Amino acid sequence: MAPALIHARGLTKRFGTLTAVDAVDFDVAPGEAFGFLGPNGAGKTSTMRMIGCVSPRSGGELRVLGMDPDTNGSRIRSRLGVVPQEDTLDTELTVFENLLIYGRYFDISYRETRRRATELLEFVQLNERRGDLVEKLSGGMKRRLTIARALINEPDLALLDEPTTGLDPQARHLVWERLYRLKQRGVTLALTTHNMDEAEQLCDRLVVMDKAKIVAEGSPRELIERYVTREVLELRFPVGVQETLDGQFEGLGDRVEQLPDRVLVYAADGEAAATAAHERGLRPESVLVRRSSLEDVFLRLTGRTLIE
Amino acid sequence: MALAGVRHLEHNVLVYRRVWRGTAFSTLLSPILFLSAMGLALGSLVPGVTRFGGVSYLAFLAPGLLAAQAMQTATLESSWPLFAGFKWLKTFEGAIATPQRPHDIVLGHLYWLVVRLGIVTGIFLLVMLAFGAASVGLALVAWPAAILTGLAFGMPMAAWTATRQTESSFPVVFRFVVTPLFLFSGTFFPIEQLPELVRPVAWLTPLFHGVALTRALALGHGLDPVVLLIHVAVLAALVAMGTLVALRTFRRRLIV
Repeated sequence: MAPALIHARGLTKRFGTLTAVDAVDFDVAPGEAFGFLGPNGAGKTSTMRMIGCVSPRSGGELRVLGMDPDTNGSRIRSRLGVVPQEDTLDTELTVFENLLIYGRYFDISYRETRRRATELLEFVQLNERRGDLVEKLSGGMKRRLTIARALINEPDLALLDEPTTGLDPQARHLVWERLYRLKQRGVTLALTTHNMDEAEQLCDRLVVMDKAKIVAEGSPRELIERYVTREVLELRFPVGVQETLDGQFEGLGDRVEQLPDRVLVYAADGEAAATAAHERGLRPESVLVRRSSLEDVFLRLTGRTLIE
Repeated sequence: MALAGVRHLEHNVLVYRRVWRGTAFSTLLSPILFLSAMGLALGSLVPGVTRFGGVSYLAFLAPGLLAAQAMQTATLESSWPLFAGFKWLKTFEGAIATPQRPHDIVLGHLYWLVVRLGIVTGIFLLVMLAFGAASVGLALVAWPAAILTGLAFGMPMAAWTATRQTESSFPVVFRFVVTPLFLFSGTFFPIEQLPELVRPVAWLTPLFHGVALTRALALGHGLDPVVLLIHVAVLAALVAMGTLVALRTFRRRLIV
């Protein structure tokens, strides 16, 4: 295996008495799409910022592109493409000017930056908006511009912190499609996400973070096989009824998860579990049997839904 | 790697190219209004200012206003616009995700202040020439003095802005620091007019040194080298101190 692009051992970040990242270990290989999954406050962004060399680590070992962020921050950053969680575009400038100045930040000549900017605007389908002030763009367009901007230096490693949060489905699919193309080109991706589809579609491998620690690691398929059953039975009851049924779900499947709005029964055979529920006299408003997903893994590992 | 801070200057110039029209009118109008109302109209009631070789009030007032204008421009430029970079637009966060470092932003801001002050005080000096309140030769000597005066406010203000979490204290700075200095630092009258007890206080205010230096050079009068050197030293010390503190506060704000 080629040497890891990101190599972390015991990586730790403390803010005063709060430990945001607690001794995490992971490696990201060249060409890989690697995901960080976790609820808000799990330490994903802090991890990304340490990798991005804008936040010094409090402890442990970290190598990015084979270098130490503490001593080679500028050199590492010159080969990174960063999409931060919140847009950092200059809304007083036009779409094109935002790319232009960002290229300059990487010491790329105006001539070359102009060439790349035109190409990148084509890539993210913003070419007809190149002369517009960023202020006037929709959230999805700003996100695409931020992605284009992150590619102005033709990075070896792209760091994407929640690249599609807050986007409508069309914009989200467009971003996914562009990220997928990027991966095809051989750019290594490290991303954090709240979105299970995103993780399943884009990530070769991911880690689940909870309370500053990594609680699981693997490919999406592996994680599903390891932590949950093949199928899930979802039962919804009329408002107020679920609370009165405490204890009546025991043994319906391998495991039962009671969410505020529904009950999840994990079982190899969802239909059989549904029949068993019916035989017990349970009369849910709706019954759904589906394949289990990454979201179920997440629930299992962190005890809460991802999007809160 | 280019000279530290140059990219940030380029960014500011790029933004300025887009917004300069909005400020151009007031930059030109403000000295015209002040010099006609206070210099000509009010000045007609004031006898020649004997301490400065009997020059007209207009000629006395204009360099003082020039220095005060530099203070206001630089203080303003180091408040809301910088705060936007930290908090509203987060463009500084975007910049440090590239090879740029916090000190590039500090130095770039310093360069930008020089450019911006050069434009504002340059236009002011042109208006002074048009009013016959200065000669071309002396105006060229007073120009860098006015820019230095602005920097003496702009850099300490920049250092402080990097520590702010809200913009609520900026108006306070203008009300309780900038405006009183504008009124009592010798801009409108020689500080000898102040009660003897408060006169030493004027010596402690940075604008006094800026006004005294700019005025002496613009009028070519009262050019005691020792005194001028003291003025320059005070202003330069403020620029240096402000820049050094800004290097710390910007770093603390951006690298967490």
